[in-house]
Amino acid sequence: MLEMWGVQAYYGNIQALKDISLSVQAGEIVTLIGANGAGKSTTLMTISSVVAVRAGSISFEGQDITKMSTDRVVGLGITQVPEGRMIFPALTVLENLRMGGYLRKDRDGLKEDEEHAFQLFPILKERRRQHGGTLSGGEQQMLAIARALMARPRLLLLDEPSLGLAPIVVENIFEVIAQINAEGTTILLVEQNAQMALQVAHRGYVLETGRVTMSGTSSELLADPKVREAYLGMD
Amino acid sequence: MLEQQLINGLTLGLIYALIAVGYTMVYGVIQLINFAHGEIYMLGAFFCVTFITAVGLPFYVAICMAMICCSLCGILLDIIAYRPLRKAPRLAALITAIGMSIFLQNLALIIWGSRSKPFPQMAVPGYLKEKALVMGDISLTWLQLFIFAVAISMMFGLFLIINKTRIGTAMRALSQNKTAAALMGINVNFVISFTFALGSAMGAVAGILVSVYYNTLYPTMGYTAGVKAFAAAVLGGIGSVPGAMVGGIVLGVAEALGAGYVSSLYRDGVAYAVMIAVIIFRPSGILGRSVIDKA
Ligand SMILES: Nc1ncnc2c1ncn2[C@@H]1O[C@H](COP(=O)(O)OP(=O)(O)O)[C@@H](O)[C@H]1O
Ligand SMILES: [Mg+2]
Repeated sequence: MLEMWGVQAYYGNIQALKDISLSVQAGEIVTLIGANGAGKSTTLMTISSVVAVRAGSISFEGQDITKMSTDRVVGLGITQVPEGRMIFPALTVLENLRMGGYLRKDRDGLKEDEEHAFQLFPILKERRRQHGGTLSGGEQQMLAIARALMARPRLLLLDEPSLGLAPIVVENIFEVIAQINAEGTTILLVEQNAQMALQVAHRGYVLETGRVTMSGTSSELLADPKVREAYLGMD
Repeated sequence: MLEQQLINGLTLGLIYALIAVGYTMVYGVIQLINFAHGEIYMLGAFFCVTFITAVGLPFYVAICMAMICCSLCGILLDIIAYRPLRKAPRLAALITAIGMSIFLQNLALIIWGSRSKPFPQMAVPGYLKEKALVMGDISLTWLQLFIFAVAISMMFGLFLIINKTRIGTAMRALSQNKTAAALMGINVNFVISFTFALGSAMGAVAGILVSVYYNTLYPTMGYTAGVKAFAAAVLGGIGSVPGAMVGGIVLGVAEALGAGYVSSLYRDGVAYAVMIAVIIFRPSGILGRSVIDKA
């Protein structure tokens, strides 16, 4: 479904991605794990065309999206929940959701998905007239995920959904991630919490300083001594 | 006397408000003080008069055509001058804006000459020149009522667009977080163009109303009006649309009172004094927040 070949990207003169090649098949949950600064967020940003690709290429369902504008990438069905959530603080919860469905014209479907989002996260229904900025961190993460789902993405990019959240909320978020995937959405999940990520994902890639250094099924990675030492804090 | 000053001040204030929303909306979406906005206001008046005298269009049709032309000018201004500098340091865009202001002013000088022109009076509907209301020594013309009605309905229209429509919500979203807005699938450049078009159309109407009200138009008229409307936008909190509306009215009334009770020489000084006072005492303005918030 998604393929990246030898992608390189820069911030000014600083090279953030040196060589990223990976693939995601339809229906999968694939996770990118790696230390802070490894280039996980940048990888997602190149897929969404927020950060420009300097070398290499990205394709989605056989179509080259390397140089496509962000709004067109979203139009193809790739939606991102960015790191730090990026809720619109002065829009209401409902308006935030509506922005998630910005490119869709089917009013009935949008209404349905709004209801679905409220089923997934009942707290958002209670808060629907409140400004996004007044929500707690966990609620904002729920809103960010719900907002992304409003686009009916075929590929959902999730960047550190567990960051800064209480353990019980993290558990809730991961349940929802599994549920979204079960309902047919393919997911590329970036996490520092490698343990949780590998439990929910089918496959994973390990990133180190802008390169993919390891890949395999989740069970392979969970059993790998290097992964256990570096990312799971064991042995 | 006081009532008369208040009426005059309100008339002027509503016009400042019409211009000020253009500054504030553009600032909201691209954090740029569009110094050429005053020139769009001037062009509005000249386009309208040209449509009346050279094309022979009726008054109201000429106003609509001038609004459309100014919207296009606003969009072009952004695409040609500002878009290439979107990722450049802010100062570069700011200097470009000042340059575009000077350029457009001189372009108008070449096309229409430097002398001020009267507004073609035959084109103005007769009833607008009559007194609508005389009470003691206060009088209100139909033209003033027309300015009130046009300005207020345009602001109300703007309020509806910003708060109730999809593109208006996208404008607010963009002003709050550009990256997030793009990730929603919002075509950022399109929304920016729309913002320029909206602000320019409102500026054009202001320029036309002023040139009818004072029966004069000249290529440098955008300078003072631009500075005052900018002061109004700063007063209301740059980036805040309701702030720009309130700021414009407060400034217009303050000016009229200053001119009426102190000396008419102080008229322009009031705007600068207000702006300096705001920058010193309350830099975020009356309703200040640097995002396009709910009107
Ligand atoms: N906006 C930015 N400007 C400059 N450098 C950045 C920026 N964002 C990230 N970087 C750098 O790029 C590298 C990769 O960062 P990032 O993709 O955010 O890593 P991760 O998400 O894995 O923590 C890091 O060295 C980081 O310092
Ligand atoms: Mg990151």
